[in-house]
Amino acid sequence: MANEVILLDFWPSPFGMRARIALAEKGVDYEYRDENVVTNKSSLLLRMNPVHKKVPVLVHNGKPVCESLIIVQYIDETWSDKAPLLPKDAYGRARARFWADFVDKKMYDTGTRVWKSKGEAREAAKKELIDALKLLEAELGEKPFFGGDTLGYVDVALVPFASWFYTYETDGKFSIEEHCPVLSAWVKRCMEKESVSKTLPDPLKIYEFVGVLKKRYGIEYSNGRPKPSSIGVEQGKIN
Amino acid sequence: MAEQVTLLDSWPSPFGMRVRIALALKGIDHEYKEEDLANKSPLLLQINPVHKKIPVLVHNGKPISESLVIVQYIDEVWSDKSPLLPADPYERAKARFWADFIDKKLYDAGTKVWMKKGEEQEAAKKGFVDILKLLESELGEKPFFGGESLGYVDVALVPFYSWFYTYETAASFSIELECPTLMRWAKRCLGFDGVSKSLPDSHKIYDFVINILRKRYGGE
Repeated sequence: MANEVILLDFWPSPFGMRARIALAEKGVDYEYRDENVVTNKSSLLLRMNPVHKKVPVLVHNGKPVCESLIIVQYIDETWSDKAPLLPKDAYGRARARFWADFVDKKMYDTGTRVWKSKGEAREAAKKELIDALKLLEAELGEKPFFGGDTLGYVDVALVPFASWFYTYETDGKFSIEEHCPVLSAWVKRCMEKESVSKTLPDPLKIYEFVGVLKKRYGIEYSNGRPKPSSIGVEQGKIN
Repeated sequence: MAEQVTLLDSWPSPFGMRVRIALALKGIDHEYKEEDLANKSPLLLQINPVHKKIPVLVHNGKPISESLVIVQYIDEVWSDKSPLLPADPYERAKARFWADFIDKKLYDAGTKVWMKKGEEQEAAKKGFVDILKLLESELGEKPFFGGESLGYVDVALVPFYSWFYTYETAASFSIELECPTLMRWAKRCLGFDGVSKSLPDSHKIYDFVINILRKRYGGE
């Protein structure tokens, strides 16, 4: 029986990384298609995710699954023979879903505010980010992973943001390791897993990408006209 | 083994209503505790320290927060009756997608409809109707989002029916005119005791919004 799996994704996306890690953990063969969602969304993406027009989208035998945490749960349920991500007991599952939802509510928007804003707004975002990371540290506790002895659902939901830590730290002028040593140790532990280390991009490349984003927004704001496709070419080079 | 189930909730909350419906459909005996959100109890702050929000389900002393997480928990623990999520992984992914869509879009859009005025309100109204129309097309010809019976998406969405009168009155429009299919679906859902007994009277919601919420958020 043919099993065709395609992942529509964008290399810097922490949400896309979640799907990549889950697929790697399960040993699923798939075709990776990079979409530069900043410059140009493909007609396939717009067809597969007409509601949100976002990546990642998993296309399994022609059927699209959207929203990264929904994709991860789908992968976990479909390829259930290996590397279970959600625990077996209902309460453990509810806790895992709660914390993955917390990561969704906090990390991306707060982190974005750290690199995008200035002055007091940036300081407020920084504090919020540290507070969120500390809450996650408390939930991790003494466990090697949020999933216990192995990578679980919350680990997969959170660890992609580690590739963005360098960006938050550099722009926010702080050290996540200093504020959250337990979480930093957890990141290193996750990076020992191939599924994570082969998925997460080099943090310096993420920082370079954010630099391009900043120029793009800066240019748009300063003269009111978006820059033409030369920006797309630069992003192509980063790829 | 005695099962102790407590629900911390607030009667106008559509998120709380989701849990009430799930408990009712499954026939689960539980204690209901009404929270005054202007004056949160020490219990609430203790069992949901992260978000300090309702609903929270406490099952044999263990708290579960976030309405859709709670509904999935109820579905998995009391799996013998009225299954809410389908068995097939792709259908489950679809159900989760639409419940997530409702979470991301409907509450905030609806809030703008009753809170704003003038041009902002008109824009909010249009955005709100567009969301309902997308949901209508997902429902299609099916009696329920769950197919032949109430499912996860029905439970996620139908609480907002109790707020429809408020949205319509505040912004002078008719949801029935804009989305007749969705209104027929809502009435179908209300045919179930588990739903009709879990939703407050629409006029009570309106009074609450006009007399309490608006003042609290300085809408007028």
